Amino acid sequence: MNSFQFEVSPILLVDLSLLTMLLLVAVAMLRSRHLFAVVMLSGIYSLLSAAFFVSLDAVDVAFTEAAVGAGISTVLMLAGMLLTSRREKPFEARRVPVARIAVFATGAALIYATIDMPAFGDRGAAANSYVGQAYIEETPNDIAVPNVVTAVLASYRGFDTLGETLVVFTAGLAVILLLGVGSTRGGREVSDVPPPSDNEETR
Amino acid sequence: MFVTATAAIIIAMVLALVRAFSGPSLYDRVLAGNSFGTKTVLLIGIMGFLTGRPDFLDIALLYALINFAATIAILRFFSYRQPKGAPSEPRKESAS
Repeated sequence: MNSFQFEVSPILLVDLSLLTMLLLVAVAMLRSRHLFAVVMLSGIYSLLSAAFFVSLDAVDVAFTEAAVGAGISTVLMLAGMLLTSRREKPFEARRVPVARIAVFATGAALIYATIDMPAFGDRGAAANSYVGQAYIEETPNDIAVPNVVTAVLASYRGFDTLGETLVVFTAGLAVILLLGVGSTRGGREVSDVPPPSDNEETR
Repeated sequence: MFVTATAAIIIAMVLALVRAFSGPSLYDRVLAGNSFGTKTVLLIGIMGFLTGRPDFLDIALLYALINFAATIAILRFFSYRQPKGAPSEPRKESAS
């Protein structure tokens, strides 16, 4: 049944190095107090996870991660950072042991829960059985799109995707209307009077 | 051959990461992020050939476009941020 041979393939090594770099970037983001460095590192984090998604054959997720994570969120976080300070305020690092115990216990419970998950690509798994099987069988006849996920997103669930796009567009429009277009330039071009404490040093 | 190229790209990614972690100035980090994006494009391209399915090449092309646009967007923020009349030299930011 289990014809999966565990050999060291180049793709496995690529996955391992990508995951190691993800971990390093995450630790560096946590430790850095320099907000611009954190923004750039989060862009790198999204690029890395997008590459990892491509290696997992989840191409559509990788598309979204690259466009939203590396592109738009980096710019949004930069815009937010320009409205505040460039450095995180230094704070007293008081270690609360209860919080650490809670985090580690939750993590251990989640790892323990993965034991119950079905094996990768298991035919009997619920995700691969009923509706997914039908989509895989019917997509080449219904819609001549080679990627099943694209067919589901753009055709079977086309109205849903259209609604999502509408919601995101409306939200962005509302934010721009509330903040004003000049807010994307660090608030410099906003026509209303800035508060008196808003001088150049605090930016 | 593809394995060697993949290894070289991953080593280059690690080098770009080192610069992003410890870049003393802001522009070092921008450049590190940009070149890391380029390395991601190359890695995705070569991973397609490594697995014998070079269909992912157009995804790599899309990433190249996104990377370019994101870098331009980031740099535009800094051109907006320069105060009027201030010298436009890159300000040195101390490493954190």
